[in-house]
Amino acid sequence: MAGFWVGTAPLVAAGRRGRWPPQQLMLSAALRTLKHVLYYSRQCLMVSRNLGSVGYDPNEKTFDKILVANRGEIACRVIRTCKKMGIKTVAIHSDVDASSVHVKMADEAVCVGPAPTSKSYLNMDAIMEAIKKTRAQAVHPGYGFLSENKEFARCLAAEDVVFIGPDTHAIQAMGDKIESKLLAKKAEVNTIPGFDGVVKDAEEAVRIAREIGYPVMIKASAGGGGKGMRIAWDDEETRDGFRLSSQEAASSFGDDRLLIEKFIDNPRHIEIQVLGDKHGNALWLNERECSIQRRNQKVVEEAPSIFLDAETRRAMGEQAVALARAVKYSSAGTVEFLVDSKKNFYFLEMNTRLQVRVDSGIQPGSDISIYYDPMISKLITYGSDRTEALKRMADALDNYVIRGVTHNIALLREVIINSRFVKGDISTKFLSDVYPDGFKGHMLTKSEKNQLLAIASSLFVAFQLRAQHFQENSRMPVIKPDIANWELSVKLHDKVHTVVASNNGSVFSVEVDGSKLNVTSTWNLASPLLSVSVDGTQRTVQCLSREAGGNMSIQFLGTVDLTLWPRLECSGTVMAHCSLDLLGSSDAPTSASQYKVNILTRLAAELNKFMLEKVTEDTSSVLRSPMPGVVVAVSVKPGDAVAEGQEICVIEAMKMQNSMTAGKTGTVKSVHCQAGDTVGEGDLLVELE
Amino acid sequence: MAAALRVAAVGARLSVLASGLRAAVRSLCSQATSVNERIENKRRTALLGGGQRRIDAQHKRGKLTARERISLLLDPGSFVESDMFVEHRCADFGMAADKNKFPGDSVVTGRGRINGRLVYVFSQQIIGWAQWLPLVISALWEAEDFTVFGGSLSGAHAQKICKIMDQAITVGAPVIGLNDSGGARIQEGVESLAGYADIFLRNVTASGVIPQISLIMGPCAGGAVYSPALTDFTFMVKDTSYLFITGPDVVKSVTNEDVTQEELGGAKTHTTMSGVAHRAFENDVDALCNLRDFFNYLPLSSQDPAPVRECHDPSDRLVPELDTIVPLESTKAYNMVDIIHSVVDEREFFEIMPNYAKNIIVGFARMNGRTVGIVGNQPKVASDSISFTPWNYARRQYRPYFAGCLDINSSVKGARFVRFCDAFNIPLITFVDVPGFLPGTAQEYGGIIRHGAKLLYAFAEATVPKVTVITRKAYGGAYDVMSSKHLCGDTNYAWPTAEIAVMGAKGAVEIIFKGHENVEAAQAEYIEKFANPFPAAVRGFVDDIIQPSSTRARICCDLDVLASKKVQRPWRKHANIPL
Repeated sequence: MAGFWVGTAPLVAAGRRGRWPPQQLMLSAALRTLKHVLYYSRQCLMVSRNLGSVGYDPNEKTFDKILVANRGEIACRVIRTCKKMGIKTVAIHSDVDASSVHVKMADEAVCVGPAPTSKSYLNMDAIMEAIKKTRAQAVHPGYGFLSENKEFARCLAAEDVVFIGPDTHAIQAMGDKIESKLLAKKAEVNTIPGFDGVVKDAEEAVRIAREIGYPVMIKASAGGGGKGMRIAWDDEETRDGFRLSSQEAASSFGDDRLLIEKFIDNPRHIEIQVLGDKHGNALWLNERECSIQRRNQKVVEEAPSIFLDAETRRAMGEQAVALARAVKYSSAGTVEFLVDSKKNFYFLEMNTRLQVRVDSGIQPGSDISIYYDPMISKLITYGSDRTEALKRMADALDNYVIRGVTHNIALLREVIINSRFVKGDISTKFLSDVYPDGFKGHMLTKSEKNQLLAIASSLFVAFQLRAQHFQENSRMPVIKPDIANWELSVKLHDKVHTVVASNNGSVFSVEVDGSKLNVTSTWNLASPLLSVSVDGTQRTVQCLSREAGGNMSIQFLGTVDLTLWPRLECSGTVMAHCSLDLLGSSDAPTSASQYKVNILTRLAAELNKFMLEKVTEDTSSVLRSPMPGVVVAVSVKPGDAVAEGQEICVIEAMKMQNSMTAGKTGTVKSVHCQAGDTVGEGDLLVELE
Repeated sequence: MAAALRVAAVGARLSVLASGLRAAVRSLCSQATSVNERIENKRRTALLGGGQRRIDAQHKRGKLTARERISLLLDPGSFVESDMFVEHRCADFGMAADKNKFPGDSVVTGRGRINGRLVYVFSQQIIGWAQWLPLVISALWEAEDFTVFGGSLSGAHAQKICKIMDQAITVGAPVIGLNDSGGARIQEGVESLAGYADIFLRNVTASGVIPQISLIMGPCAGGAVYSPALTDFTFMVKDTSYLFITGPDVVKSVTNEDVTQEELGGAKTHTTMSGVAHRAFENDVDALCNLRDFFNYLPLSSQDPAPVRECHDPSDRLVPELDTIVPLESTKAYNMVDIIHSVVDEREFFEIMPNYAKNIIVGFARMNGRTVGIVGNQPKVASDSISFTPWNYARRQYRPYFAGCLDINSSVKGARFVRFCDAFNIPLITFVDVPGFLPGTAQEYGGIIRHGAKLLYAFAEATVPKVTVITRKAYGGAYDVMSSKHLCGDTNYAWPTAEIAVMGAKGAVEIIFKGHENVEAAQAEYIEKFANPFPAAVRGFVDDIIQPSSTRARICCDLDVLASKKVQRPWRKHANIPL
């Protein structure tokens, strides 16, 4: 009952008491639209083998056909394991997912509704119908969606279909934040002070918040993963938060109940994994620190945490096990704690699942839909110590080739080289503390800037030289211009730099504002990744775009010399883990690792001074959609007076509700959208006078 | 500068000679010195154009001078000027006065190289006429007549242009015209008009022999517009260039329309509405850099094969994302440009007319280094001719049944491009997803039959290598038109998602099973029978059904084989395309 592999595999791993397989480096295959790097995929398969099918007994009686009630990389993984075990699979999908990877992998597929999850992946009636139609004997819910829905588990039981995963009782107990908190209290687990009940309306929320004392956290009772969760520092924010959270909770989980608790300021987020079996045995594994979060979504995870001492670790582990026993937990699960600066820890929630598998649910050509989670890939690296794990992560991030979507690689890379992070001085507020105005991209040091300019200039000259290389069979000979020194003018961040470049085979000697650098590479101009050596320093750059008019966009992140970092005393294997997210929300940093440079020959640059500046649109009086999404609500109509910062409409994308506000005080001239509209990036929403 | 040095060198040589011959040739010596001085003076005046004031005025308007433009367009040091000493021959209205004569007149001509390859250039400029400066400027901005524009066309001006065009034809090298001209020079009367006609004749003679490119960099009005119109490509500079037969004031007096210069003949008008210009660039520098880029795609003449440039992109590269790019629902859109980008070398695609008749995509790219012409239907766009926005998220008015259809504008756009490629030995690669010709009175009254025939004609006539890939729909007559096997396509492929039929399932069933009760079953039967590549494949109308990811590798391989393709057509004076 407790699952055909989730149950067995972790128990084998448990014998190692949380020691991870001694892989040198593990990486998942990422979204590579241009180049497929075989080495990484091989490593990825190793991961699935290790975590997916260890301990599987081929003679054990299994199901003939199961339905996988999930999507993306989660569904792919389940289907892959089923294939290995010779079990037929049925995928379900929404209409926008019809050609996604999991649908193609499965033996059968059933469309269960339109794109919004509440109408497809959460649509129990349609899924039950699909089960009947395909005669699946069991359902694997993956995680998220219906995996922790007690109603669904009950429906399945009524139809005599096996639910693969934790039993209804545990789901019921742990899937519901309110119930789980009560249970945790009973099991003598430390809990956060708060209100143990469902909040009726905004006014009650304010009353409770005042009782507990600000700041408070408002969260969806059925929630998880940061959705439907908001922090309020005063009455006003509580009212707003209540409204937005209940809308989000309703659309994401089909359940708009909310609860309120004390918000622990500056906490760390640390989770302990527990394993239980049907005989009442339970044990705990070492912790993972997940403090680096954006909007309560984990961004970087690390194990072991450099903050915990052995005593706290044991205390947390024991409480986690006590909780697992209390709910008769017979599967793998994760108990999340908040830890304050004095190492007090509080039970946050228990997830009836095991996290952290390494995979990618997309491949070149996959659609990434606005309707679902933004995560497109996870990356895990290991090292014999923390420094090594982080260095490998930085290298791996440089080697991701992603085109066509905005992503957060620059942020990830910046976080793992941040001095506070390196020292271990982190909390869940890390990102908002370090980047109070949002992440604006890596700040280049002078030498990094010179390197970037030298690489960009060399690339420019390499392109120019190649433009003269024609197959010589023409009637008329090509007479190449003889240019010994390329005098260039390179503009970066509105500053103009003088560059002189000369070329000898694969080596470019570049003088940037007077300082000389040697740039060596294979100069394969078709490769998405270019490995370049600048005066002996190895760099990986990507030329993302290039225009004839001299504009070039280059991804260049700058590797900090890791040998200078304080070495941290660590025992065992250190793991760093980060989630590669697709960025969709309005406060998201753009791909700031891209540097836009404009390179012109000196002559062109001199003449360019005479070119007139083009008039750009006044962006404060128009509101455009910053991302593709669905308009949830429009709170203004033409003629309304609005104040700067006032909410104009709400757009839901990637399951997050984003409040669009007025850029200036004025009168609404026209409204171009209405609730329910699907809008694209850059679509005009509202115009102000 | 180089010219001045050369003059000095010539002078030095002359003086050595003179001193050698001593007294016997003293008179000659003094004459040589005076000629020498005159040469130097003329050259200096010619290099300065209309003088510093004139140059500054040009710069102030965000424009470069004729010589600055040439220096950016050509490889450094490669420009060889001709006819620097030519002056106009007009004697009326005081034009004979020395102050009204400028060496070189109002155009700089010569030859040079772009990335090492020969090209002939003329660059018109507003020089001299300093005493008329106020008039010129008022003419520029009010444009009530096109008489005294700077850069106006004199007989001498035309003669200079004709001279380099003649040589370009005999040598076999392209001509690039940088147009910045006010029209006929009224003082010269009929001689100026004769000059235009001389140029038009050269344009027509050179058509199909050498590539001709026009870059409009300033006002270009009246008769001056017809030379660019006769060339193969017309590019414009945004905000500073205009093309019109008559300016806004004449329009006002004749038709009583209020219109600005920009609305009447600006870059936006001609690249989105009229289809007169093929592309617009931000400013002079951007335009000239792009022109260099564009030039690299072209062969020098119809005698030369399509150029092959060094390429780093593997010709057998697989493109896995193509396997999923076509949505399963046949009414759902996707972007054909994505397919083009991922198939061609290094995602480099120089699109021609990107903002006009967007339901068809045409442009240049390279396959394994060799220039190819790409033609593709665009399923994302229905037709410019229909009033609704084709892909409007907010209003959800997307009409899938018209997506990528052929209409009047797209047929003409496609036909002209195909004929250019055929004239200059550039292989054609056609990506087909076409639901048919656009129906409606507007199209029929506009002559869709006549205009659609142009595209059909162009594909049928083309003898260059033709590779066709049917990605999804190929319905009705439009299937025949789009470089089908029947029009001598050399290699025709279908993707597994291809549907080659007379029409879509819904329409077909309405006709075949009129009054039939079980429409859904009939529709399913039709889809089963026709909405797939087999009916065409079993008849050999497509050569193979290929995995989309292998498209690039297959095309590169085919082009290598087809490079030696030769086709003989029966003799004729010239063909008669339905104009």
